[in-house]
Amino acid sequence: MKHWSVSRRLRISGLICLHVAVLAAGFLGPYDPTEQNRALSLQPPMKIHFADDRGRLHARPLVTAADGRRYPLRFFVAGARYRCLGLTSRTHLFGIDPPFRVFLLGSDEFGRDQLSRALWGGQISLATGWLAALLALGLGLGLGTIAGFFGGWRDMIVMRGADLFLALPWLYLLLAVRAFLPLSLSPWTAALAIAVVIGIIAWARPARLVRGVVLSAKERDYVYAARGFGASSWRLISRHCLPETYGLMATQAALLVPQFILAEVTLSFVGLGVGDPAVSWGNLLSPIRQLSIIASAWWMLLPALVVVFAAWCFSLLDNQGERNGVVR
Amino acid sequence: MRRLLQALFLLAGISILSFILLELAPGDFLGEAKLNPQLSPATLAALRHQYALDQSLPEKYIHWLGSVADGSFGISFAYNLPVSTLLWPRARATVRLTLTSLVLSWLIALPLGVWSAAGRNSWLDRGLSFATSALLALPDLALACLLLFVAVRTGWYRSSSLTLPVTVLVLAALPTLLRHVRSAVLDVAGQPYVRAARSHGISGARLWFRWILPAAANPLVSLFGLSLAGLISSSLLVETIVGWPGLGPLFLEAIAARDFYLVIGPVMLSAVFLVIGVLIGDLLLYLLDPRIRIET
Repeated sequence: MKHWSVSRRLRISGLICLHVAVLAAGFLGPYDPTEQNRALSLQPPMKIHFADDRGRLHARPLVTAADGRRYPLRFFVAGARYRCLGLTSRTHLFGIDPPFRVFLLGSDEFGRDQLSRALWGGQISLATGWLAALLALGLGLGLGTIAGFFGGWRDMIVMRGADLFLALPWLYLLLAVRAFLPLSLSPWTAALAIAVVIGIIAWARPARLVRGVVLSAKERDYVYAARGFGASSWRLISRHCLPETYGLMATQAALLVPQFILAEVTLSFVGLGVGDPAVSWGNLLSPIRQLSIIASAWWMLLPALVVVFAAWCFSLLDNQGERNGVVR
Repeated sequence: MRRLLQALFLLAGISILSFILLELAPGDFLGEAKLNPQLSPATLAALRHQYALDQSLPEKYIHWLGSVADGSFGISFAYNLPVSTLLWPRARATVRLTLTSLVLSWLIALPLGVWSAAGRNSWLDRGLSFATSALLALPDLALACLLLFVAVRTGWYRSSSLTLPVTVLVLAALPTLLRHVRSAVLDVAGQPYVRAARSHGISGARLWFRWILPAAANPLVSLFGLSLAGLISSSLLVETIVGWPGLGPLFLEAIAARDFYLVIGPVMLSAVFLVIGVLIGDLLLYLLDPRIRIET
């Protein structure tokens, strides 16, 4: 750990903060992400001040509300009920006094708070990414091990299948597989379905890599020896071949999770992912497809920066090789 | 020749796979029509028959293969037109976009990559590697959104112009290419024979163009096909975001409408593009690298 570069440490702490913030979305976000407020649609982000209307300084931050006057930000306020880690609560980290609303990242065309939506949206996006990576790696590990260890026709079938899945541009493949699911699904079913779809299409690359590792692992002398002593196939696989794939699995996970998060964001962005009442980073961004929104409401682009930040935090492996002189 | 046959098998496999997937799809194009009280069950059955929706999977597939043979690629239910008439203009637009970006990104990446490798650790090299890291961390989607935003705000956005989508695609493809070009060139430049050439007094342009670059071309040619794959995917996304009338928007529309053959069309086309790209890459490699010519 000591030799990690500053930027790497930054990324890892960013990653941890991101996950904690997204898990605690209910507490950190001042409002319910689906709560509409048509009168306050497309409000720009509010500025935070430390001086009130008459220029007096306060220790407590103030925000400019919709009527143009400054109101103090209150902390640990009661608001909409939410569930977080199985607990139900009404306490939010901050808010302002009821008739007015605080929009630190602005509000969308239905007057929903973008900050709360970005936080809540992370739950579906991150969960989908992790779940899909788990599925793809599990499938890849299983099929790759079978192909590498047993060889013969099993190897043939698995590798030809992998070729098939690797032969298509990933987005076309993703959308084609998405096309065979019902169009409208309830949010968590949709997230689950997307994770399954991504897992189904992305198993090929890990499977190939695992196959290579297993192929070389099963040729080791000690594996031959174990086989000579009568060890079963299962024992040879689990005791001698699989442990060699762990490092590969870890690097693959670091590469795949951010890719899959982006895949979910892309699907939801084009309207084939998580549907509207629910939020994910993808459908948070989809209003941008209307030019009028881009032209008039720049803050609708802020969720894109959240996605960029997440992608940056996840790019743990990118520069590592370069710094260690592997890729010169 | 063997590669060509393999490619054909691959395409057949993909088409069968997509047919099986779409067969599993719940509901078909006529699902909504069923709710329409003005259509009698008899008309529905007739429509069903006309679109060959009542056939079994192998029958459908053979039917479709026949339509591929006569060049129509099946019938789009939503437009009631042969898929090919819808597909070709869109495919042309996509090819125009991707080819321009492909050529442009390679034209930029090659000299820049070689340059930064030649002046390793110079300010240019450092600047470029910082820029590539930054661009790599930026997802295509975000890049497209940000550029669209800038374009709309500054007023140079034109829906019919290639500039914006090509810029996005080139910027999306560039970092990977740059990195590979740089590391391929550095790899070769560190070889003993280059040092030997240097010690023989060969330097400057002759060293680079005669000895280093041809040897570095090999991995880059293989990258050519792969870079095309990335471009096709990003182009789908970019087309949807900036409203370029390519395959992407048509494909999404077809999925939403459950327009069976119109979904298969773009999928197959994208696979064909990719296969052609990989074949071209192989061919180039065959022409460039004598070692491969001897092997085969």
